[in-house]
Amino acid sequence: MFYNFARRVALISFALAIIVPTSIVVLGAFKKDLEIYTQPLAWPKHWSLFNFSRLIHEGNVFVPFRNSLIVTTCSVAITLTLASMAAYGISRMINVTGKVLFLLFSLGLAIPGQVNIIPIYILFTKLHLTNSLIGLIMVNVAVTLPISIFILTTFFRNIQKEMFEVAGIDGATTWRIYRSIALPLSRPAMGATGIFLFVICWNDLLYPLMLITQADKKTLPLTLIDFRGEYATSFSMLFTAILVASMPLVIMYVFMQRSFVAGLTAGAVKG
Amino acid sequence: MVLPALAIYAFLYLYPALSNLAYALQRWDGVTKAKFVGLHNFVNMTNNDDLLHKVVGNSFKFTFFVVIFQTAASLFFATFLVKNTKTNIALRTLYFFPTILSSVSVGLIWTFLYDPNFGFVNAIFKKVGLNSFALNWLGSEKSSLYAIAFSQVWFHTGQMMVIYIAGLQQIPAELYEAAEVDGASRWQQFKNVTWPMAMPTTAVVVAYTTIQSFRAFDLIYSMTQGGPQNSSNILVTLIYNTAFSSFRFGYASAESILLVVVVLVITWLQRRVLRINTGEK
Repeated sequence: MFYNFARRVALISFALAIIVPTSIVVLGAFKKDLEIYTQPLAWPKHWSLFNFSRLIHEGNVFVPFRNSLIVTTCSVAITLTLASMAAYGISRMINVTGKVLFLLFSLGLAIPGQVNIIPIYILFTKLHLTNSLIGLIMVNVAVTLPISIFILTTFFRNIQKEMFEVAGIDGATTWRIYRSIALPLSRPAMGATGIFLFVICWNDLLYPLMLITQADKKTLPLTLIDFRGEYATSFSMLFTAILVASMPLVIMYVFMQRSFVAGLTAGAVKG
Repeated sequence: MVLPALAIYAFLYLYPALSNLAYALQRWDGVTKAKFVGLHNFVNMTNNDDLLHKVVGNSFKFTFFVVIFQTAASLFFATFLVKNTKTNIALRTLYFFPTILSSVSVGLIWTFLYDPNFGFVNAIFKKVGLNSFALNWLGSEKSSLYAIAFSQVWFHTGQMMVIYIAGLQQIPAELYEAAEVDGASRWQQFKNVTWPMAMPTTAVVVAYTTIQSFRAFDLIYSMTQGGPQNSSNILVTLIYNTAFSSFRFGYASAESILLVVVVLVITWLQRRVLRINTGEK
């Protein structure tokens, strides 16, 4: 009896701890500042799209939105392609080379990427890749390759070898086996890894903060940080920006909960 | 087939990591010519850098707080939601939700919640009569680090809970049945079945949470940027500021080598401790 009661109280409290802040943000996007301060949880008195139009015209939010979209999709696509090729290659090597390569990439998991910010900054300045979306994509790919290769190699190693071997006997080239057998089989693993990468790249602040200063190259998280300075006392604008910046991932989460949970926990367990 | 990935990895990960070692032995402001100073940076870090010592302390406090509370909370809620009922699955989806938000969004939301004048946290404390708890959470040196750590726990408890649930579902039901036959209370069942059986999962959760907390740059940068008076400055934010606010690139490199060493040592220690624990049971 007491257990069930306590369990229920705990579950509801945590649920509220998530629902309340989320509601404050969503409702706040339609309110005026004063209303947010005085009645953060109340229904907006007048549902107004004023903040949104201000965000579009004054804050020019389409530009960072587009940049985030370009950087994220390109980073994810390139990383997935390179990582799945490498993971397949490594999992098919039965000699020492495979083990050494796997260890080499695993090294990237042990060292947090943030350790490299200074050499990366210096290198990218030399290569004129600061203030460049291509530069951001390159960093993202480099930083997320180790974890992706790790997840996908583990996956390929668990597929029965015979499947690949039979195809090899039939005369299929390595490339052909990769494309016609390995890739289709790995769709769920690739999907989960892809979502994991999407969340990381979409939300990243550190590298854009370091490499981007030009307004037309900024990504969403960086723009949010700017807004924090610009609209320091205007939470209605900040909440609207948060809502817009989070929307793509929230919509994806609603439709693909399973893949999200699988991807974001695989990243954690393996990382 | 490995070649393209290897090339990028070598050029943009391994090569920078190695050149980091070289930069750590230099004094360089990013503009004038770099000067080789040997181990001078490291000597300075050990002997005359009070700020660094404070920040290392903060990093450990922050990580310790998050690891303890996040692990406890995620295990606590996992034990409640282990069965795959409809309500439980819905609650898991809800609890997991903050994980998909960006650290910057979470940081800004909590900046509002913690606001001393109109923030929600203080409004609740005042409403239930705990006026003395209505503090300037992020603005005070005493509380800023822990206030951010609490946001981090809010942010990632759901993610760790899902990992725990996967682990708990592997525990054979017979163990609980046997315990029940023996008349074990819920607490005894938890202590003698769940906790020891979940030890491998705990090892994963603790290891991941540790690294995640050491890396919490985005959250801290968006909430306090390490302030006030460096009270919420941790190693990663310090490294960033040393390089990009003070323009001491060599010194920042040396600090980042300290970060690698700290993370590696902690990971290694945890593995040993948790392996001994799982080995005994």
